[in-house]
Amino acid sequence: MFQSPLSAPQAASPPRPTLAPISGAVATLQALVAEGVDTIFGYPGGAIIPIYDALYDFTTQLNHVLVRHEQGGIHAAQGYARASGRVGVVLATSGPGATNLVTGLADALIDSTPLVCITGQVFAHLLGSDAFQETDILNITTPITKWNYQVTKAEEIPEALARAFYLARSGRPGPVLVDITKNAQQQLFDAPAYAPCTHIRSYRPAPVVRPAYVRQAAELINSAQRPFILWGQGVVLGSAEVEFRAFVEKSGIPAAWTILGVGALPTGHPLNVGMLGMHGNYGPNVLTNECDVLIAIGMRFDDRVTGRLDKYARQARVIHLDIDPTEIDKNVPATVPVWGDCKETLPLLTALVEPRTHPAWLARFHDYTAQEIDAVIREELFPTSEELTMGEVMQQLNELSQGEAIIVSDVGQHQMVACRYARMNHPRSHVTSGGLGTMGFALPAAIGAKLGAPGRVVVAVIGDGGFQMTIQELGTVMQTGVDVKIIILNNQFLGMVRQWQELFHQRRYSFVDIQSPDFVAVAKGYHIAGQRVDARADLRPALEEMLAHPGSFLLEVMVMKENNIFPMVPQGCSVAEIRLR
Amino acid sequence: MSHAPAARQEYNITAYTENQVGLLNCIAIIFSRRKINIESLNVSPSEIEGIHRFNIVIAETEEIVHKLAKQIEKQVEVLKVYFNPNADVIWQEMALYKVPTDVIAEKALVERLLRENGARAVVIRKDYTVFETTGHREETDSLIRVLQPYGLIEFVRSARIAIIKASDGFHHKLREFERREPGEVVAENEFLNDREQVFTM
Repeated sequence: MFQSPLSAPQAASPPRPTLAPISGAVATLQALVAEGVDTIFGYPGGAIIPIYDALYDFTTQLNHVLVRHEQGGIHAAQGYARASGRVGVVLATSGPGATNLVTGLADALIDSTPLVCITGQVFAHLLGSDAFQETDILNITTPITKWNYQVTKAEEIPEALARAFYLARSGRPGPVLVDITKNAQQQLFDAPAYAPCTHIRSYRPAPVVRPAYVRQAAELINSAQRPFILWGQGVVLGSAEVEFRAFVEKSGIPAAWTILGVGALPTGHPLNVGMLGMHGNYGPNVLTNECDVLIAIGMRFDDRVTGRLDKYARQARVIHLDIDPTEIDKNVPATVPVWGDCKETLPLLTALVEPRTHPAWLARFHDYTAQEIDAVIREELFPTSEELTMGEVMQQLNELSQGEAIIVSDVGQHQMVACRYARMNHPRSHVTSGGLGTMGFALPAAIGAKLGAPGRVVVAVIGDGGFQMTIQELGTVMQTGVDVKIIILNNQFLGMVRQWQELFHQRRYSFVDIQSPDFVAVAKGYHIAGQRVDARADLRPALEEMLAHPGSFLLEVMVMKENNIFPMVPQGCSVAEIRLR
Repeated sequence: MSHAPAARQEYNITAYTENQVGLLNCIAIIFSRRKINIESLNVSPSEIEGIHRFNIVIAETEEIVHKLAKQIEKQVEVLKVYFNPNADVIWQEMALYKVPTDVIAEKALVERLLRENGARAVVIRKDYTVFETTGHREETDSLIRVLQPYGLIEFVRSARIAIIKASDGFHHKLREFERREPGEVVAENEFLNDREQVFTM
């Protein structure tokens, strides 16, 4: 009655033994190859040595990137996944190797990034004995993984990994962790031919679409006077950019994005009215509280998007398209819940909506844009101040990259500047830590992004604080020779916290005054070219040199120390109370 | 979403799950993360071999229970979750009471006491006697009050088990789950079904 869940009745295909028994370690790598993995980010250690030993013979199929810290490894895998749309794979050893993945797992879960993390574990007979480098990684990671599993016998490996990849990439994607004890890695067994997992009886990747709700949604949209679309990363995760654009263009509805949704519609598209949220654009925030129908697509109404919930879009009827039923009604009650994969639901909706335009309504967004340009944007992008601004760096970069680069941003003021001002012609062009807000994300994520999208220019935009959190990954850049362009926007402060302290804590600058090393000299130590700029005249040539440089380049730009990001919806305020200064 | 004032009451959450190490933790942390106390938790086999059944009792508003139920159902190894107020379930809890045999034999009208409380003696030894009763909370509580004067040594009450009045069991649902292209049984979502009434033009 209590059979192993991995051999539950739904497992079908009969095992076909191979010629000779193989080790669990080899079976692990064969599974990765069978799943189409080409790149692994990892760091060896005692409990995962058997897998690393097997990897020695797999180097033609699997490119292993040796990172400098497991957190760097998992962020790199996140960058790889986000840029490529494929599953990122991480190897780490037991104990500290596994616990160093924790931040990345939490980040990947909240940002729905598909990852398979394989951790080594002590021998099964030592579990629970406080053995060297033993840690209960399953229980540590249960709240921050979509699924996790501990393998203690080699025979379990192929099916556990098949499930891991299926769960990571299907439905709402997320990180999974498979913990493999050392004995299971070493054990020889007759491995069946690898069978990918396509069905788990207790798991539904997506709810079944209900045509009735699609019809109701279309009726609401067709009768709306001031409809407004909010879209999030769900459009990108569902590879539904084409379907989304068709919906927006046929319905003629202004559309605004969350920071993870950026790029699903090009930033220059006439119906793209800008960014939502705390530091988003003026019009989308104010007009959220004036629209009559709010159409939320693949977004989860994060508190940084909604501001104060009881004053959020109370006048609007809400249509919520999401693949995850737990998101429906979680924060904002939906009038019509169109659950399902938006790749499937959007075309159904597009077919039923009437072709329309909303010129007067759209003009209101443009009015607010004009106000925001006068109050904030012009001075940020084309400053009259002597000091450089973060915005003008992005503006110059836009002019040079023409919206074709992948921007990887860290967390803080520079992140908001990068999100607000970077031009994006394509989806999967901005990799950033959205939900968790993980400082130190960008450098390793940029390494992964470049490996996941080798044909694209990858520019990491990082603050002086965040860069020092994972600065060791310069070693990974050096050793792999991966071509990432690194821009450090150095305001010599932990700028976002300083901004809050200035605005809400009487300028009591408590421990935000951070000192930095000579970043260019540090880069030089890693044989990475670099330059430091503190005068406007040098900025453009330096950016040009950076982009033209064959290989990695670190550009440190000294920017205004006490500049603030505006507009801003102060915490606890309604989106309509957004401040321009 | 109802606009009635949010009233907390007891809800019985029933979850059908795979039998998987660690699943108890997966489910428990959904509550602890939100600082919600589990009043009662029972894990048992269900009507289907290999499928486990969690009975969880919490006192919360319907809106919160609704969200919790969806979060539980989202767990990979959970097949289906239902939640019901007490009126919608048949429920029982079992209690054991240990009392000194000499006191109870000497001072109490044991036979009447057992009859009135639907209890029975499970063990009778020279030094102590263990009674058992099964029923609702008020019933098991009332026997505590009755036995307290006779030197109640030990008391324990089991978790609640509950059967949903309107349920027709899980057999046919499981068959749907095992299909790759499930029909309405699996496609249905109890948590959103009343939506049919929500939207009017």
